[in-house]
Amino acid sequence: MPFDPVILWTDALIYLLLLLVVTFIWHVRHDAHFLTPWRRVSHSASGMSALTILFFFFTIGFLDTLHFRPALEHKNIHGQPVYSVEVLSVLDILATPLRTNVEKTYSAPLATHLYTKETVELSDGTQIRTFARLEFGGSHLNDPDSEHFSDIIYRIFKGITLGLFSWIIVHIILCSMMVRATGQSMKHCCLSIWRRTTEVPWRAILITLAIVFILFGIVSMLATHYHVLGTDKVGQDVLYLSLKSIRVALIIGTLTTLIMLPFALLLGIAAGYFRGWIDDVIQYIYTTLNSIPSVLLIAAAVLMMQVYIETHAELFETIAARADIRLLCLCIILGITSWTSLCRLLRGETLKLREMEYIQAAHAFGVSHWRIITRHILPNVMHIVLIAIVMDFSGLVLAEAVLSYVGVGVDPSMISFGTMINAARLEMAREPMVWWALLSAFCFMLTLVLSANLFADAVQKALDPRIKTFSQNTNSKTESDAKQSTTEVKTSTASNKPAKHP
Amino acid sequence: MNTLLEIDNLKTILHTGKHPVRAVDGLSLKINKGETFALLGESGCGKSMTALSIMRLLPDTGEIISGTISLEGIDFLQLAETDMRRIRGKQISMIFQEPMLSLNPVMTIAEQINEVLKQHFELTNATAHNRIVELLDQVGIPDPKRRMHEYSFQFSGGMKQRAMIAMALAGEPELLIADEPTTALDVTIQAQVLDLMREIQQQKHMAILLITHDLGVVSEMAQQVAVMYAGEIVEQASRENFFNQPAHPYSQQLFASIPEKQKRHQKLAVISGTVPPLSKVFKGCRFSERCDHAMALCHTTVPQWHDISSGHKVRCHLFDPSMASTGSTPQSSITSDATIPVVQKQAAQPLLQVTNLKVHFPIRKGFFKRIVGSIKAVDGVSLSIAEGKTLALVGESGCGKTTVGKSILQLIPPTAGSVCYNKQELIGLERQQLRPLRSQLQFVFQDPYSSLNPRMRIIEIIQEGMASLNVETTLSTQLCEQPPGAATSPYEKAVDALLECVGLPKETKWRYPHEFSGGQRQRIAIARALAVNPKLLICDEPTSALDVSVQAQILNLLKTLQNDLGLAYLFITHNISVVEYLADEIAVMYLGRIVEKGQMDEITNNPKHPYTQALLSAVPQINKKTEMDMIKLKGDLPSPASPPQGCHFHPRCPKAMPVCRQSYPEVSTISSTHTTHCHLYTQEHHSTHHEH
Repeated sequence: MPFDPVILWTDALIYLLLLLVVTFIWHVRHDAHFLTPWRRVSHSASGMSALTILFFFFTIGFLDTLHFRPALEHKNIHGQPVYSVEVLSVLDILATPLRTNVEKTYSAPLATHLYTKETVELSDGTQIRTFARLEFGGSHLNDPDSEHFSDIIYRIFKGITLGLFSWIIVHIILCSMMVRATGQSMKHCCLSIWRRTTEVPWRAILITLAIVFILFGIVSMLATHYHVLGTDKVGQDVLYLSLKSIRVALIIGTLTTLIMLPFALLLGIAAGYFRGWIDDVIQYIYTTLNSIPSVLLIAAAVLMMQVYIETHAELFETIAARADIRLLCLCIILGITSWTSLCRLLRGETLKLREMEYIQAAHAFGVSHWRIITRHILPNVMHIVLIAIVMDFSGLVLAEAVLSYVGVGVDPSMISFGTMINAARLEMAREPMVWWALLSAFCFMLTLVLSANLFADAVQKALDPRIKTFSQNTNSKTESDAKQSTTEVKTSTASNKPAKHP
Repeated sequence: MNTLLEIDNLKTILHTGKHPVRAVDGLSLKINKGETFALLGESGCGKSMTALSIMRLLPDTGEIISGTISLEGIDFLQLAETDMRRIRGKQISMIFQEPMLSLNPVMTIAEQINEVLKQHFELTNATAHNRIVELLDQVGIPDPKRRMHEYSFQFSGGMKQRAMIAMALAGEPELLIADEPTTALDVTIQAQVLDLMREIQQQKHMAILLITHDLGVVSEMAQQVAVMYAGEIVEQASRENFFNQPAHPYSQQLFASIPEKQKRHQKLAVISGTVPPLSKVFKGCRFSERCDHAMALCHTTVPQWHDISSGHKVRCHLFDPSMASTGSTPQSSITSDATIPVVQKQAAQPLLQVTNLKVHFPIRKGFFKRIVGSIKAVDGVSLSIAEGKTLALVGESGCGKTTVGKSILQLIPPTAGSVCYNKQELIGLERQQLRPLRSQLQFVFQDPYSSLNPRMRIIEIIQEGMASLNVETTLSTQLCEQPPGAATSPYEKAVDALLECVGLPKETKWRYPHEFSGGQRQRIAIARALAVNPKLLICDEPTSALDVSVQAQILNLLKTLQNDLGLAYLFITHNISVVEYLADEIAVMYLGRIVEKGQMDEITNNPKHPYTQALLSAVPQINKKTEMDMIKLKGDLPSPASPPQGCHFHPRCPKAMPVCRQSYPEVSTISSTHTTHCHLYTQEHHSTHHEH
C-alpha cells in the first residue's frame, strides 16, 4: 500500500459525530413534527448563506481529518513498506505546493522578495545586503519589477473566470434538479430563483456560492506561484497555516459540545425531574464549578496533562498522535467546565415540564421514570439543546484562541488560530510590522464565527416555540393560537406601553 | 339616541401564515351612552380583536384595512398615535381577562394608577394621592391607604381585578371595554366583580362593552346583546328579546348546548364541527356548515340583515321576508331528540372509599429547610363513590379539589388518611405495587393543551398506557364492533376502536396533538384514559377550558361512556350547571374540607350550608324566573396556610355566630344521604359520626 491510514482519537470522534448527524437527519426526515422547524431554518436567507459558508469550512476540516502515513521509497529488510513518521492528511496532499514551498523567513503577501534584508553573494563573488528573491514566490518571473503587477492581474482574471465558470455549472445543475423535481421548464426555474419565489432562498445561496467560488478561483490561480497571504517566521505559507487551523477550531467547537452534552443532559434532567436531594447535590456541584475561574482550572489541568504526556512519550507513535491527544484533553477539560450553563437551562425546563399534565398522565399510567425521561422530557428539551450547541460553537472557537494565546491551549506543534495569534504578539511589535499572519487568522475566524452565529440565529428563530405558534396556523386557526396571540399582546402592552392604557 | 361609539364596517386582518386571517370582517355596531353592550361568541370568533381594534392596540401582525371607529364623532383611525394615547385611558379604558398578567409585578398599585393620572391630568402629588385612595375605595378595596402601596402579588385574584378596574376608572372614561373580565375568577368573586361593575356604571353613567362567552354573565349585565360568529355579528337584540326569543340558529344552539338540570336524561344539543378558520374565504353564510336549518341558498349567498322586531335584527336567510313562504322560522325548536336511556343503578358497594384524607405541604424556611408550618391543602376529606355513579366535587379554586383527585391516584403523596379502592388500601404502596391498580383509576386533566405531549403522535399517546400496564385490549371488543381490515397489531386495533368510541376518525391516530382543536384534544385525553379499561375516572375540570358548544360534546361523551361501560366518575369542577347535568351526588369543598354533601337534588334544591347557598346563588342565571336573592360573600378564600380559627367559613359567612369562631362544626345529618358541617344545624356527636 502506498499509505497507511491513521485514525487519531479526534478523527474517530469526528466520524462518530458525523454518524450522529446523519442519523439525526435521517430521523428528522421521517418525523413531521421535527421537520417543520427545520424547514423554517431552510427558509431563512441569512441562515442558508451562513450554512453554505460553513459547509466549505466543514469540508476543509473533514479533508484535514482523513489522516495517513505515506510510504517511503525504501523497504525494510522483510520487504515490507516503511511508512513515514510524518502524519499527513488529504488536505496536505491537495495543498502540497503550499506545504512544501517553504521560504527562509517572513515575506509579505504576493511578494517576490523577502521581508528582511540579508547578505547575498552575487555571481561575481561580491556580497551585498539586500532583499533576496524568494525561493518559490514569484520565482517564474524574470524581471519581477516590471512583470510582477501584470502577472498578478492576469492570474486574478484567470481565477475569476474559473470561479464564474464553475459557478455557472453549479447553477445549471441546480436548475436541472429543480426541473426534475417540479416538472417545470428550465427558464421558469431560473426565473423563480432570481425572483426569490422559491421556498428555499436559492438566490442568497447562489450569491454566496459565487463569492466563494470566485475567491477560491483567484486563490488557487495565485497560490501556485505566490504566497497569497505571505509567510511566517520560518517561511511557512500563512494560507496553509490558516487552512490547517480550521480543523482545530471545528474540533474544539464540536467535540467539546459532544463531551459536555451527556453531563448536561443527564444531570440537568435528573436534577429537574427527581428534585429532592439529587437536585441539591447537582446544584451544589455546578454552582461550585461555576465559581472557580475556568481559565485557572483549565490551565491547571492542561499543565498536569502536559507533564504526563511528556513523561510517557513512549505511548505515542508520532508527534501528531501526541498533539492530538492533547487537543482531545483540551476538549474534555473545556467540556467539563462548560456544561454548567446548559445543565442549568435544562434543569429549569425540566422543572417546568415535570408539572405538565401529560407527564402526570404518564405517572398515572405507571410509566417508569426512565421512559418518562426519554419519551416525554428529552424530546421536549431538544430545542434548547440544539440552540445551546450552535450558540456555544462560536464561543468555544474563540476560547481556544484565547487559551492558546495564554499558552495553555493546543500543542505548540499543532497549527491553530490560537498559536497563530500567539506568534503575532511578537510580529506586531517588530518594525517593520508583520501584519498578515494576524490579519488572516482574524479574517478566517471572523468568517467562521460569524457564519456560525448567523446560522445559530436562524436555528433559534425557527425552533423558538413562540414563533412557532404564529406560523403554524396555516392549516387551521385553532383557538389556542388566537388565545396565545392575544395574551401575548396583553402582556406586551401591559409591560411595554403602560402609559397607553390604564 | 345619543350614540357614544359607532363602528362601521370594521375589517381587521392578521398577517399570519400564508393567508391573512380576517379576524374581524365587516363589523358594525353602536353603543349608546350609559349602556352595557355585550359581545357574545365562542373563542376564535374575533371578539378580542374587535376590542383591540377599537383601542388600536393590535399586535404587529394585525392591520385594520377598512371601516371607521368613531367616538363622539372623532374617527380613531384618522388619529395619530400621539393623539390616540390621549384617548386611551381617558375616554376608553380596557380591563383584561387575566388580572395576574395585566398588572406590572414590580410596581405598586398606587404607582400604576398614578401613571394613568399623570398621563391625563395635571395633578399635584397630594391630590393624586387622594384620588388614588378615592378610586380604590370606590372599587371596594378595604383599607386603601395602606394597600395602595402594596404590590400586585400581595393582592388576591379578585382584588387584582378590582385594582385593574380602579385603574381603568382613573381617567374617568366614557366607555369601558371589559374583555372577559371574570372568566379567570371564581363564581363568588365573579359575582362581586360584576356587581361592582354594575354599581359603578350607574354612578358614572358610563358605557360598557362587555366581551364574554358566558350567556349567564350576559343575562346579568347586558342591555344590548350582539352575537359574533366567525368575524361578524350575526344577531343583535335587546337583552329581553334575545333571551326570550333567540333568532339565529347559532344563538339557539348556544342556548341548547348549556347543561341544565332539566336536560339530565337527554343528550345536550351539539353544534357539530368547530368555528371555521377565519383565513378562508366565505361564500355563503358562515354558519351554514354547522347549521341544522341550512338550505341550498345558505351555502351560496351571504345573508343580509333582517329585522324581526324593533331593535332585533338577525343575519339569516330564514328571516328573509321574501323567503317566508318556503322556510318556517325555527322558533326555539331545538331540543335534542336523543335521550339517554336511564339505567337504573342499584346502590352498589362503594368502589372507592376515601377516609379522612389529608395532604399537607410543608412550608420550609432557612438554610436547613426547617419546617415552619404547613399548607393544609386537603384536611380530612372523606368521600365514597359507588360503581357507575358520578360524584361531583365542587368548590372554588384553591380549595384543594384538584389535590384530592391527584392524591387519590397517588400522584401527590397524601399525608394521612386512607384511600381504599375495592377494599385495597392505596396509601403506602410502592410505585411498583401500585402498577396493577393504575389501570383501574384514571385521570382526565383540565387543560387539553398541556395534557398531551406535543412531540408524540396520537397512536403513541394512546398506546403508552396500554404498553406500560400490559393491558389486555378487551375494551375494543366490548364496546365497538371491530371495523374490518386495516389495522394489524392488536394495540393498533384497540386505538382505532377507542378513537371511534370518542368520536374521532381512526386516521387521526397518525397526527400530532397540535393539529386538533381543544375539544378534540380532550376527546383524545379521554380515549387515552379509557385505553386501560378503568373503572373510575377522575375528571379534573375537563370542560373548563372549552367553549359551551364543545363542552356539550364532551359531556355527552362522558354520559354515554358511563352508560355503556358503567364507569364511575369523580367530577371535579366549579361549574354548577355541569354538576346539575351530570352528577348523582355532590360534595362541596371549602378550604380543604367538605362542608356539605348529599344527593344532587338535595343539594341544589335545598342547600343547607351558607357557603353552598352562596355558591349556588352566585351562579349567573339565564332564566331568572324567580328573583332569587343573591347572597354576596365578603372577601376571598383565606390562605390554607393559616385557616381561620373555628369554622373556616366564618369570616365570610353572613350567618356567623360566636360559636363559629371557636370550634369547627361537627357533622349534621339532614337526611340519610345529606350531611353538612355547620353550627346552624343540630350537631351530631362524634360517637355517631359515620360516613355513608
